[in-house]
Amino acid sequence: MKTSVKYRVAKSKIIQVFTIFLAFVITLPLLFIIIYIFKEGISKINWAFLTQVPHPMGESGGGIVNALVGSLIIVLVASIIAIPIGIMAGIYLSENTKSRLSYFSRLAVDVLQGVPSIVIGIVAYFWIVKPLGTPSSFSGSIALAIMMLPIIIRSTEETLKLIPTSLKEAGYALGMPYHRVILRIVVPCGISGILSGVILSIARIAGETAPLLFTAFGNNWLSANITKPMESLPHLIYTYATQPYDVSHEMAWGAALILLFTVLLLNIITKLITKRWNVQL
Amino acid sequence: MAETVTKSKKERRSKNQIRMEILFRGTLINIAQLIVVLVLGIAVTLVIHSMPSIESLGLKYLWGKTWDPVNNVYGALPFLLGTLITSFIALIISIPFSFAIAVYLGEYKPTGLLSNFLKNTVELIAAVPSVIYGFWGLIVLVPIMRNIEMKIGVLPYGYGVFTASLILAVMIIPYAAALGREMIRLVPASLKEGAYSLGATRFEVIRNVIWPYTKSGLFAGILLSLGRALGETMAVTMVIGNTTIIPKNIFSPGNTMASVIANEFTEADHTVYLSALIELGLVLFLVTVIINVIGKRIIKRFTNE
Repeated sequence: MKTSVKYRVAKSKIIQVFTIFLAFVITLPLLFIIIYIFKEGISKINWAFLTQVPHPMGESGGGIVNALVGSLIIVLVASIIAIPIGIMAGIYLSENTKSRLSYFSRLAVDVLQGVPSIVIGIVAYFWIVKPLGTPSSFSGSIALAIMMLPIIIRSTEETLKLIPTSLKEAGYALGMPYHRVILRIVVPCGISGILSGVILSIARIAGETAPLLFTAFGNNWLSANITKPMESLPHLIYTYATQPYDVSHEMAWGAALILLFTVLLLNIITKLITKRWNVQL
Repeated sequence: MAETVTKSKKERRSKNQIRMEILFRGTLINIAQLIVVLVLGIAVTLVIHSMPSIESLGLKYLWGKTWDPVNNVYGALPFLLGTLITSFIALIISIPFSFAIAVYLGEYKPTGLLSNFLKNTVELIAAVPSVIYGFWGLIVLVPIMRNIEMKIGVLPYGYGVFTASLILAVMIIPYAAALGREMIRLVPASLKEGAYSLGATRFEVIRNVIWPYTKSGLFAGILLSLGRALGETMAVTMVIGNTTIIPKNIFSPGNTMASVIANEFTEADHTVYLSALIELGLVLFLVTVIINVIGKRIIKRFTNE
Protein backbone atom coordinates (compact mmCIF):
# COMPACT_ATOMS: atom_id res chain seq x y z
CA MET A 1 0.00 0.00 0.00
CA LYS A 2 1.37 3.36 -0.96
CA THR A 3 0.79 6.28 1.33
CA SER A 4 1.45 9.84 0.40
CA VAL A 5 4.46 11.67 1.76
CA LYS A 6 2.20 14.30 3.29
CA TYR A 7 0.32 11.68 5.28
CA ARG A 8 3.55 10.12 6.56
CA VAL A 9 5.05 13.44 7.59
CA ALA A 10 1.83 14.48 9.31
CA LYS A 11 1.65 11.17 11.17
CA SER A 12 5.25 11.58 12.31
CA LYS A 13 4.55 15.13 13.50
CA ILE A 14 1.39 14.15 15.38
CA ILE A 15 3.16 11.31 17.15
CA GLN A 16 6.03 13.61 18.05
CA VAL A 17 3.69 16.15 19.61
CA PHE A 18 1.87 13.39 21.46
CA THR A 19 5.14 11.97 22.79
CA ILE A 20 6.33 15.36 23.98
CA PHE A 21 2.99 15.89 25.68
CA LEU A 22 3.17 12.53 27.50
CA ALA A 23 6.79 13.12 28.49
CA PHE A 24 6.07 16.47 30.09
CA VAL A 25 2.79 15.52 31.74
CA ILE A 26 4.79 13.46 34.21
CA THR A 27 6.50 16.51 35.67
CA LEU A 28 3.09 17.68 36.93
CA PRO A 29 2.65 15.19 39.81
CA LEU A 30 6.10 16.07 41.15
CA LEU A 31 5.41 19.80 40.93
CA PHE A 32 1.99 19.28 42.58
CA ILE A 33 3.55 17.33 45.41
CA ILE A 34 6.36 19.82 45.99
CA ILE A 35 4.03 22.83 45.89
CA TYR A 36 1.44 21.14 48.10
CA ILE A 37 3.99 20.10 50.72
CA PHE A 38 5.56 23.54 50.63
CA LYS A 39 2.19 25.22 51.10
CA GLU A 40 1.14 22.94 53.97
CA GLY A 41 4.51 22.65 55.65
CA ILE A 42 6.04 26.10 55.52
CA SER A 43 3.64 27.64 58.03
CA LYS A 44 4.50 24.90 60.48
CA ILE A 45 8.23 25.43 60.52
CA ASN A 46 9.45 27.72 63.26
CA TRP A 47 11.98 27.62 66.06
CA ALA A 48 9.72 25.69 68.46
CA PHE A 49 8.99 23.08 65.78
CA LEU A 50 12.69 22.47 65.31
CA THR A 51 13.67 22.45 68.99
CA GLN A 52 10.83 20.86 70.98
CA VAL A 53 9.83 17.25 71.43
CA PRO A 54 6.35 16.24 70.25
CA HIS A 55 3.31 16.72 72.43
CA PRO A 56 1.01 13.74 72.96
CA MET A 57 -0.90 12.61 69.87
CA GLY A 58 -3.82 14.88 69.00
CA GLU A 59 -2.60 17.89 71.00
CA SER A 60 -1.34 20.91 69.15
CA GLY A 61 2.12 22.37 69.59
CA GLY A 62 5.39 20.59 70.11
CA GLY A 63 8.16 19.91 67.65
CA ILE A 64 10.10 17.18 65.97
CA VAL A 65 13.60 17.67 67.36
CA ASN A 66 13.75 14.01 68.39
CA ALA A 67 13.13 12.89 64.82
CA LEU A 68 15.69 15.34 63.41
CA VAL A 69 18.39 14.21 65.82
CA GLY A 70 17.33 10.56 65.44
CA SER A 71 17.45 10.63 61.66
CA LEU A 72 20.86 12.28 61.80
CA ILE A 73 22.27 9.66 64.16
CA ILE A 74 20.75 6.69 62.36
CA VAL A 75 22.00 7.87 58.96
CA LEU A 76 25.41 8.78 60.38
CA VAL A 77 25.93 5.35 61.94
CA ALA A 78 24.71 3.68 58.74
CA SER A 79 27.20 5.75 56.73
CA ILE A 80 30.07 4.88 59.06
CA ILE A 81 29.33 1.20 58.49
CA ALA A 82 28.52 1.27 54.80
CA ILE A 83 31.02 3.75 53.32
CA PRO A 84 34.31 1.90 54.08
CA ILE A 85 32.85 -1.50 53.18
CA GLY A 86 31.22 -0.18 50.04
CA ILE A 87 34.34 1.60 48.81
CA MET A 88 36.60 -1.39 49.54
CA ALA A 89 34.23 -3.76 47.75
CA GLY A 90 34.08 -1.32 44.84
CA ILE A 91 37.88 -1.24 44.70
CA TYR A 92 38.02 -5.03 44.66
CA LEU A 93 35.47 -5.27 41.85
CA SER A 94 37.19 -2.63 39.73
CA GLU A 95 40.59 -4.30 40.21
CA ASN A 96 39.45 -7.87 39.65
CA THR A 97 37.15 -7.95 36.67
CA LYS A 98 37.46 -11.62 35.83
CA SER A 99 37.95 -13.60 39.06
CA ARG A 100 35.31 -16.02 40.30
CA LEU A 101 34.85 -14.10 43.54
CA SER A 102 34.21 -10.90 41.63
CA TYR A 103 31.57 -12.67 39.53
CA PHE A 104 29.72 -13.76 42.65
CA SER A 105 30.12 -10.43 44.46
CA ARG A 106 28.82 -8.61 41.42
CA LEU A 107 25.85 -10.94 41.34
CA ALA A 108 25.36 -10.32 45.08
CA VAL A 109 25.38 -6.56 44.50
CA ASP A 110 22.76 -6.94 41.76
CA VAL A 111 20.62 -9.03 44.08
CA LEU A 112 21.07 -6.62 46.99
CA GLN A 113 19.99 -3.70 44.85
CA GLY A 114 16.67 -5.37 44.15
CA VAL A 115 15.82 -6.62 47.64
CA PRO A 116 12.69 -4.81 48.86
CA SER A 117 13.42 -2.55 51.83
CA ILE A 118 10.80 -4.25 53.99
CA VAL A 119 12.63 -7.58 53.59
CA ILE A 120 15.85 -5.96 54.79
CA GLY A 121 13.87 -4.70 57.78
CA ILE A 122 12.81 -8.27 58.61
CA VAL A 123 16.39 -9.51 58.35
CA ALA A 124 17.79 -6.72 60.54
CA TYR A 125 15.08 -7.56 63.06
CA PHE A 126 16.29 -11.15 63.32
CA TRP A 127 19.98 -10.26 63.27
CA ILE A 128 20.02 -7.45 65.82
CA VAL A 129 16.67 -6.70 67.46
CA LYS A 130 15.83 -10.26 68.49
CA PRO A 131 19.23 -11.14 70.03
CA LEU A 132 19.34 -7.84 71.92
CA GLY A 133 15.70 -8.12 72.95
CA THR A 134 14.82 -4.51 72.14
CA PRO A 135 14.38 -2.36 69.05
CA SER A 136 17.38 -0.12 68.68
CA SER A 137 18.51 2.68 66.41
CA PHE A 138 21.63 0.62 65.72
CA SER A 139 19.58 -2.13 64.09
CA GLY A 140 17.94 0.51 61.92
CA SER A 141 21.36 1.77 60.91
CA ILE A 142 22.40 -1.76 59.92
CA ALA A 143 19.31 -2.13 57.75
CA LEU A 144 19.98 1.21 56.06
CA ALA A 145 23.69 0.40 55.67
CA ILE A 146 22.75 -2.78 53.76
CA MET A 147 20.65 -0.63 51.44
CA MET A 148 23.48 1.88 50.92
CA LEU A 149 26.04 -0.77 49.96
CA PRO A 150 24.99 -1.54 46.38
CA ILE A 151 24.87 2.14 45.40
CA ILE A 152 28.32 2.91 46.85
CA ILE A 153 29.86 -0.26 45.45
CA ARG A 154 28.48 0.34 41.95
CA SER A 155 29.56 3.98 41.77
CA THR A 156 33.04 3.22 43.15
CA GLU A 157 33.51 0.33 40.72
CA GLU A 158 32.29 2.26 37.69
CA THR A 159 34.40 5.33 38.54
CA LEU A 160 37.62 3.46 39.24
CA LYS A 161 37.30 1.42 36.06
CA LEU A 162 37.58 4.66 34.10
CA ILE A 163 40.97 5.58 35.55
CA PRO A 164 43.74 4.98 33.01
CA THR A 165 45.99 2.01 33.80
CA SER A 166 49.00 4.11 32.80
CA LEU A 167 48.60 6.07 36.06
CA LYS A 168 48.77 2.88 38.08
CA GLU A 169 51.69 1.57 36.03
CA ALA A 170 53.58 4.80 36.66
CA GLY A 171 53.10 4.23 40.37
CA TYR A 172 54.35 0.63 40.16
CA ALA A 173 57.33 1.75 38.08
CA LEU A 174 58.35 4.05 40.91
CA GLY A 175 58.29 1.07 43.24
CA MET A 176 55.07 1.89 45.07
CA PRO A 177 53.41 -1.05 46.79
CA TYR A 178 49.90 -2.09 45.75
CA HIS A 179 48.01 -0.49 48.62
CA ARG A 180 49.69 2.86 48.10
CA VAL A 181 48.98 2.81 44.37
CA ILE A 182 45.31 2.21 45.15
CA LEU A 183 44.99 4.61 48.09
CA ARG A 184 47.29 7.37 46.83
CA ILE A 185 46.67 7.31 43.08
CA VAL A 186 43.53 5.44 42.07
CA VAL A 187 41.14 6.51 44.84
CA PRO A 188 42.10 10.23 44.81
CA CYS A 189 41.62 10.26 41.04
CA GLY A 190 38.13 8.87 41.35
CA ILE A 191 37.15 10.62 44.56
CA SER A 192 34.46 12.77 42.97
CA GLY A 193 32.67 9.77 41.53
CA ILE A 194 32.94 7.89 44.80
CA LEU A 195 31.71 10.93 46.72
CA SER A 196 28.68 11.41 44.53
CA GLY A 197 27.83 7.73 44.96
CA VAL A 198 28.04 8.14 48.72
CA ILE A 199 25.84 11.25 48.76
CA LEU A 200 23.34 9.58 46.45
CA SER A 201 23.17 6.56 48.75
CA ILE A 202 22.53 8.82 51.74
CA ALA A 203 19.77 10.59 49.82
CA ARG A 204 18.19 7.21 49.03
CA ILE A 205 18.13 5.93 52.59
CA ALA A 206 17.35 9.17 54.41
CA GLY A 207 13.72 8.79 53.43
CA GLU A 208 13.40 5.03 53.94
CA THR A 209 10.67 4.07 56.34
CA ALA A 210 9.98 0.39 55.81
CA PRO A 211 13.28 -0.96 57.23
CA LEU A 212 12.89 1.20 60.35
CA LEU A 213 9.42 -0.03 61.27
CA PHE A 214 10.70 -3.08 63.16
CA THR A 215 14.19 -1.86 63.96
CA ALA A 216 14.61 1.77 65.09
CA PHE A 217 10.90 1.81 65.89
CA GLY A 218 10.40 5.36 67.23
CA ASN A 219 9.73 7.16 70.49
CA ASN A 220 8.55 10.51 71.77
CA TRP A 221 11.55 11.87 73.55
CA LEU A 222 14.99 13.08 72.66
CA SER A 223 17.52 10.26 72.83
CA ALA A 224 21.01 9.65 71.56
CA ASN A 225 21.36 6.08 72.80
CA ILE A 226 21.88 3.86 69.77
CA THR A 227 20.96 0.71 71.70
CA LYS A 228 17.44 2.04 72.33
CA PRO A 229 14.54 2.86 70.02
CA MET A 230 14.87 6.17 68.23
CA GLU A 231 12.49 8.34 66.24
CA SER A 232 13.34 9.28 62.65
CA LEU A 233 11.80 11.75 60.20
CA PRO A 234 10.25 9.22 57.79
CA HIS A 235 8.91 7.12 60.65
CA LEU A 236 7.44 10.21 62.31
CA ILE A 237 5.76 11.20 59.04
CA TYR A 238 4.26 7.73 58.74
CA THR A 239 2.92 7.62 62.31
CA TYR A 240 1.53 11.15 62.25
CA ALA A 241 0.10 10.86 58.74
CA THR A 242 -1.93 7.80 59.66
CA GLN A 243 -3.47 9.46 62.74
CA PRO A 244 -6.99 10.84 62.38
CA TYR A 245 -6.15 14.25 63.92
CA ASP A 246 -5.59 17.38 61.86
CA VAL A 247 -2.87 18.64 64.21
CA SER A 248 -0.92 15.41 63.64
CA HIS A 249 -1.19 15.92 59.90
CA GLU A 250 0.18 19.44 60.28
CA MET A 251 3.19 18.07 62.16
CA ALA A 252 3.68 15.48 59.43
CA TRP A 253 3.55 18.13 56.69
CA GLY A 254 6.25 20.12 58.46
CA ALA A 255 8.42 17.05 58.82
CA ALA A 256 7.72 16.05 55.21
CA LEU A 257 8.85 19.47 53.99
CA ILE A 258 12.15 19.18 55.86
CA LEU A 259 12.73 15.60 54.67
CA LEU A 260 11.78 16.38 51.07
CA PHE A 261 14.09 19.35 50.85
CA THR A 262 16.99 17.53 52.48
CA VAL A 263 16.64 14.65 50.02
CA LEU A 264 16.23 16.90 46.99
CA LEU A 265 19.19 19.00 48.10
CA LEU A 266 21.40 15.91 48.44
CA ASN A 267 20.35 14.85 44.94
CA ILE A 268 21.15 18.26 43.53
CA ILE A 269 24.58 18.21 45.22
CA THR A 270 25.25 14.85 43.60
CA LYS A 271 24.21 16.36 40.27
CA LEU A 272 26.59 19.28 40.69
CA ILE A 273 29.52 17.05 41.62
CA THR A 274 28.96 14.73 38.69
CA LYS A 275 28.58 17.70 36.35
CA ARG A 276 31.61 19.58 37.70
CA TRP A 277 33.90 16.56 37.53
CA ASN A 278 32.30 15.00 34.52
CA VAL A 279 31.77 11.58 36.07
CA GLN A 280 29.22 9.11 34.83
CA LEU A 281 27.07 7.27 37.32
CA MET B 1 78.61 1.63 60.11
CA ALA B 2 76.15 4.37 59.26
CA GLU B 3 75.47 2.78 55.89
CA THR B 4 74.42 -0.57 57.36
CA VAL B 5 72.03 1.16 59.73
CA THR B 6 70.19 2.97 56.95
CA LYS B 7 70.19 -0.19 54.91
CA SER B 8 68.53 -2.24 57.62
CA LYS B 9 66.10 0.59 58.19
CA LYS B 10 65.23 0.54 54.51
CA GLU B 11 64.84 -3.22 54.60
CA ARG B 12 62.55 -2.99 57.57
CA ARG B 13 60.51 -0.35 55.80
CA SER B 14 60.12 -2.38 52.65
CA LYS B 15 59.23 -5.45 54.71
CA ASN B 16 56.56 -3.39 56.42
CA GLN B 17 55.29 -2.24 53.07
CA ILE B 18 55.08 -5.82 51.84
CA ARG B 19 53.19 -6.82 54.96
CA MET B 20 50.80 -3.91 54.45
CA GLU B 21 50.33 -4.88 50.86
CA ILE B 22 49.41 -8.46 51.76
CA LEU B 23 47.07 -7.19 54.48
CA PHE B 24 45.42 -4.78 52.04
CA ARG B 25 44.86 -7.40 49.36
CA GLY B 26 43.51 -9.76 52.02
CA THR B 27 41.06 -7.15 53.32
CA LEU B 28 39.76 -6.42 49.84
CA ILE B 29 39.11 -10.11 49.25
CA ASN B 30 37.44 -10.47 52.65
CA ILE B 31 35.14 -7.52 51.97
CA ALA B 32 34.16 -8.93 48.58
CA GLN B 33 33.40 -12.24 50.29
CA LEU B 34 31.42 -10.38 52.96
CA ILE B 35 29.03 -9.03 50.31
CA VAL B 36 28.36 -12.56 49.05
CA VAL B 37 27.92 -13.84 52.61
CA LEU B 38 25.56 -10.95 53.36
CA VAL B 39 23.21 -11.89 50.54
CA LEU B 40 23.37 -15.59 51.39
CA GLY B 41 22.73 -14.61 55.02
CA ILE B 42 19.61 -12.69 54.05
CA ALA B 43 18.30 -15.68 52.10
CA VAL B 44 19.14 -18.19 54.85
CA THR B 45 17.60 -16.01 57.57
CA LEU B 46 14.35 -15.72 55.62
CA VAL B 47 14.23 -19.47 54.94
CA ILE B 48 14.99 -20.46 58.56
CA HIS B 49 12.38 -18.16 60.02
CA SER B 50 9.70 -19.13 57.54
CA MET B 51 10.26 -22.86 58.25
CA PRO B 52 7.54 -23.06 60.98
CA SER B 53 4.96 -21.79 58.52
CA ILE B 54 6.25 -23.90 55.63
CA GLU B 55 6.10 -26.99 57.84
CA SER B 56 2.70 -26.42 59.38
CA LEU B 57 0.88 -24.79 56.47
CA GLY B 58 2.61 -26.35 53.48
CA LEU B 59 2.13 -25.23 49.91
CA LYS B 60 -1.58 -24.61 50.26
CA TYR B 61 -0.63 -21.48 52.22
CA LEU B 62 0.11 -19.78 48.94
CA TRP B 63 -3.39 -20.21 47.53
CA GLY B 64 -5.40 -20.12 50.75
CA LYS B 65 -8.08 -17.47 50.41
CA THR B 66 -8.62 -16.53 54.04
CA TRP B 67 -6.22 -14.71 56.32
CA ASP B 68 -7.50 -14.90 59.87
CA PRO B 69 -4.68 -14.88 62.42
CA VAL B 70 -7.14 -14.90 65.35
CA ASN B 71 -8.34 -18.38 64.34
CA ASN B 72 -4.93 -19.44 63.05
CA VAL B 73 -6.02 -19.59 59.42
CA TYR B 74 -3.42 -18.29 57.00
CA GLY B 75 -3.82 -17.96 53.27
CA ALA B 76 -1.63 -15.68 51.26
CA LEU B 77 -3.71 -15.47 48.07
CA PRO B 78 -5.28 -12.05 48.84
CA PHE B 79 -1.84 -10.51 49.23
CA LEU B 80 -0.26 -12.29 46.27
CA LEU B 81 -3.15 -11.10 44.10
CA GLY B 82 -3.00 -7.63 45.63
CA THR B 83 0.69 -7.30 44.84
CA LEU B 84 0.30 -8.65 41.30
CA ILE B 85 -2.73 -6.51 40.45
CA THR B 86 -1.32 -3.24 41.82
CA SER B 87 2.04 -3.81 40.17
CA PHE B 88 0.60 -4.69 36.78
CA ILE B 89 -1.85 -1.80 36.70
CA ALA B 90 0.99 0.52 37.74
CA LEU B 91 3.17 -0.93 35.00
CA ILE B 92 0.50 -0.50 32.34
CA ILE B 93 -0.10 3.11 33.37
CA SER B 94 3.61 3.89 33.53
CA ILE B 95 4.76 2.33 30.24
CA PRO B 96 3.44 5.01 27.84
CA PHE B 97 4.94 7.77 29.98
CA SER B 98 8.33 6.17 30.45
CA PHE B 99 8.54 5.33 26.74
CA ALA B 100 7.61 8.89 25.84
CA ILE B 101 10.31 10.26 28.15
CA ALA B 102 12.87 7.77 26.82
CA VAL B 103 12.09 8.60 23.19
CA TYR B 104 12.05 12.34 23.83
CA LEU B 105 15.36 12.35 25.72
CA GLY B 106 17.02 9.68 23.62
CA GLU B 107 15.94 10.67 20.13
CA TYR B 108 13.91 13.83 19.72
CA LYS B 109 15.97 16.16 21.86
CA PRO B 110 18.94 14.62 23.66
CA THR B 111 20.32 18.00 24.78
CA GLY B 112 18.98 21.45 25.46
CA LEU B 113 17.37 23.37 28.29
CA LEU B 114 13.98 21.69 28.11
CA SER B 115 15.38 18.17 28.00
CA ASN B 116 17.72 18.92 30.88
CA PHE B 117 14.74 20.12 32.87
CA LEU B 118 12.82 16.97 32.03
CA LYS B 119 15.76 14.70 32.77
CA ASN B 120 16.41 16.26 36.18
CA THR B 121 12.73 16.32 37.09
CA VAL B 122 12.36 12.64 36.26
CA GLU B 123 15.36 11.85 38.43
CA LEU B 124 13.88 13.84 41.29
CA ILE B 125 10.65 11.82 40.98
CA ALA B 126 12.73 8.79 41.93
CA ALA B 127 14.32 10.70 44.79
CA VAL B 128 11.13 11.61 46.68
CA PRO B 129 10.78 9.28 49.69
CA SER B 130 7.94 6.80 49.36
CA VAL B 131 6.41 7.83 52.69
CA ILE B 132 5.89 11.31 51.24
CA TYR B 133 4.13 9.85 48.19
CA GLY B 134 2.01 7.85 50.59
CA PHE B 135 1.14 10.86 52.73
CA TRP B 136 0.28 12.98 49.71
CA GLY B 137 -1.80 10.15 48.30
CA LEU B 138 -3.61 9.74 51.59
CA ILE B 139 -4.54 13.41 51.93
CA VAL B 140 -4.93 14.53 48.31
CA LEU B 141 -5.47 11.54 46.04
CA VAL B 142 -7.80 9.48 48.22
CA PRO B 143 -10.55 12.19 48.35
CA ILE B 144 -10.19 12.76 44.60
CA MET B 145 -10.56 9.04 43.96
CA ARG B 146 -13.58 8.96 46.26
CA ASN B 147 -15.28 11.62 44.12
CA ILE B 148 -14.44 9.80 40.91
CA GLU B 149 -15.71 6.51 42.31
CA MET B 150 -18.95 8.21 43.36
CA LYS B 151 -19.40 9.49 39.78
CA ILE B 152 -18.83 6.12 38.12
CA GLY B 153 -21.02 4.36 40.66
CA VAL B 154 -18.77 1.98 42.54
CA LEU B 155 -18.50 1.89 46.31
CA PRO B 156 -16.61 5.10 47.15
CA TYR B 157 -13.82 3.90 49.44
CA GLY B 158 -11.16 6.25 48.08
CA TYR B 159 -8.60 3.82 49.41
CA GLY B 160 -7.96 0.87 47.20
CA VAL B 161 -6.01 -1.05 44.62
CA PHE B 162 -6.36 1.55 41.89
CA THR B 163 -5.30 4.46 44.12
CA ALA B 164 -2.19 2.49 45.12
CA SER B 165 -1.48 1.66 41.48
CA LEU B 166 -1.66 5.33 40.48
CA ILE B 167 0.93 6.31 43.10
CA LEU B 168 3.10 3.31 42.21
CA ALA B 169 2.96 4.25 38.53
CA VAL B 170 4.40 7.69 39.24
CA MET B 171 7.08 6.19 41.45
CA ILE B 172 8.33 3.63 38.91
CA ILE B 173 8.31 5.78 35.78
CA PRO B 174 11.89 7.10 36.31
CA TYR B 175 13.46 3.62 36.29
CA ALA B 176 12.17 2.48 32.93
CA ALA B 177 12.57 5.98 31.49
CA ALA B 178 16.25 6.36 32.46
CA LEU B 179 17.15 2.92 31.12
CA GLY B 180 15.16 3.39 27.95
CA ARG B 181 16.94 6.65 27.27
CA GLU B 182 20.35 5.00 27.63
CA MET B 183 19.30 2.19 25.30
CA ILE B 184 17.99 4.55 22.62
CA ARG B 185 21.23 6.53 22.81
CA LEU B 186 23.15 3.33 22.01
CA VAL B 187 21.47 2.90 18.63
CA PRO B 188 24.23 3.45 16.04
CA ALA B 189 23.81 6.77 14.23
CA SER B 190 24.68 5.09 10.92
CA LEU B 191 21.55 2.93 11.12
CA LYS B 192 19.32 5.94 11.73
CA GLU B 193 21.06 8.01 9.07
CA GLY B 194 20.66 5.17 6.60
CA ALA B 195 16.92 5.13 7.20
CA TYR B 196 16.64 8.92 6.96
CA SER B 197 18.58 8.93 3.68
CA LEU B 198 16.05 6.47 2.27
CA GLY B 199 13.36 9.03 3.03
CA ALA B 200 11.99 7.68 6.30
CA THR B 201 10.14 10.08 8.59
CA ARG B 202 11.10 10.49 12.23
CA PHE B 203 8.34 8.18 13.39
CA GLU B 204 9.31 5.55 10.84
CA VAL B 205 12.89 5.65 12.10
CA ILE B 206 11.68 5.17 15.66
CA ARG B 207 9.26 2.43 14.62
CA ASN B 208 11.54 0.51 12.24
CA VAL B 209 15.09 1.21 13.41
CA ILE B 210 15.13 2.21 17.08
CA TRP B 211 12.33 -0.06 18.28
CA PRO B 212 13.72 -3.35 16.89
CA TYR B 213 17.19 -2.42 18.11
CA THR B 214 16.19 -1.46 21.67
CA LYS B 215 13.29 -3.87 22.28
CA SER B 216 15.14 -6.13 24.69
CA GLY B 217 16.64 -3.21 26.59
CA LEU B 218 13.27 -1.53 27.01
CA PHE B 219 11.86 -4.84 28.19
CA ALA B 220 14.63 -5.04 30.80
CA GLY B 221 13.75 -1.54 31.98
CA ILE B 222 10.15 -2.60 32.45
CA LEU B 223 11.27 -5.69 34.37
CA LEU B 224 13.36 -3.58 36.73
CA SER B 225 10.51 -1.17 37.39
CA LEU B 226 8.26 -4.17 38.01
CA GLY B 227 10.77 -5.29 40.64
CA ARG B 228 10.48 -1.86 42.28
CA ALA B 229 6.70 -1.95 42.21
CA LEU B 230 6.47 -5.42 43.76
CA GLY B 231 8.56 -4.48 46.77
CA GLU B 232 7.27 -0.96 47.37
CA THR B 233 5.85 -0.76 50.86
CA MET B 234 5.06 2.55 52.48
CA ALA B 235 3.24 4.45 49.74
CA VAL B 236 1.07 1.41 49.02
CA THR B 237 0.36 0.66 52.67
CA MET B 238 -0.94 4.16 53.24
CA VAL B 239 -3.49 4.22 50.42
CA ILE B 240 -4.52 0.62 49.67
CA GLY B 241 -6.96 0.27 52.56
CA ASN B 242 -5.38 -2.77 54.23
CA THR B 243 -8.13 -5.38 54.16
CA THR B 244 -7.43 -9.07 54.14
CA ILE B 245 -10.04 -10.03 51.56
CA ILE B 246 -9.44 -10.56 47.86
CA PRO B 247 -10.26 -7.28 46.06
CA LYS B 248 -13.56 -7.57 44.15
CA ASN B 249 -12.72 -4.96 41.55
CA ILE B 250 -9.82 -2.59 40.99
CA PHE B 251 -11.44 0.11 43.12
CA SER B 252 -11.98 -1.98 46.24
CA PRO B 253 -9.48 -1.97 49.10
CA GLY B 254 -6.89 -4.70 49.27
CA ASN B 255 -3.44 -5.41 50.59
CA THR B 256 -0.08 -6.34 49.19
CA MET B 257 2.59 -8.69 50.52
CA ALA B 258 4.84 -5.82 51.52
CA SER B 259 2.11 -3.81 53.19
CA VAL B 260 0.73 -6.74 55.18
CA ILE B 261 4.23 -7.35 56.54
CA ALA B 262 4.57 -3.68 57.45
CA ASN B 263 1.20 -3.64 59.20
CA GLU B 264 1.18 -6.92 61.05
CA PHE B 265 4.83 -7.82 61.74
CA THR B 266 4.98 -6.09 65.12
CA GLU B 267 1.56 -7.46 66.10
CA ALA B 268 2.36 -11.06 65.23
CA ASP B 269 2.28 -12.70 68.63
CA HIS B 270 2.81 -16.38 67.89
CA THR B 271 5.34 -18.34 65.88
CA VAL B 272 3.23 -19.47 62.96
CA TYR B 273 1.69 -16.03 62.46
CA LEU B 274 5.11 -14.34 62.42
CA SER B 275 6.56 -17.07 60.28
CA ALA B 276 3.69 -16.79 57.79
CA LEU B 277 4.55 -13.11 57.38
CA ILE B 278 8.23 -13.93 56.90
CA GLU B 279 7.31 -16.49 54.26
CA LEU B 280 5.62 -13.63 52.40
CA GLY B 281 8.93 -11.79 52.71
CA LEU B 282 10.73 -14.83 51.33
CA VAL B 283 8.40 -15.02 48.33
CA LEU B 284 8.90 -11.30 47.74
CA PHE B 285 12.66 -11.72 48.02
CA LEU B 286 12.80 -14.62 45.55
CA VAL B 287 10.54 -12.95 43.00
CA THR B 288 12.39 -9.62 43.07
CA VAL B 289 15.78 -11.37 42.93
CA ILE B 290 14.80 -13.36 39.85
CA ILE B 291 13.31 -10.31 38.13
CA ASN B 292 16.34 -8.16 38.89
CA VAL B 293 18.93 -10.71 37.84
CA ILE B 294 17.15 -11.38 34.54
CA GLY B 295 16.75 -7.65 33.91
CA LYS B 296 20.40 -6.93 34.65
CA ARG B 297 21.51 -9.83 32.43
CA ILE B 298 19.54 -8.50 29.49
CA ILE B 299 21.03 -5.04 29.96
CA LYS B 300 24.55 -6.38 30.25
CA ARG B 301 24.19 -8.39 27.05
CA PHE B 302 22.71 -5.37 25.33
CA THR B 303 25.44 -2.93 26.32
CA ASN B 304 28.21 -5.39 25.52
CA GLU B 305 27.07 -5.92 21.95
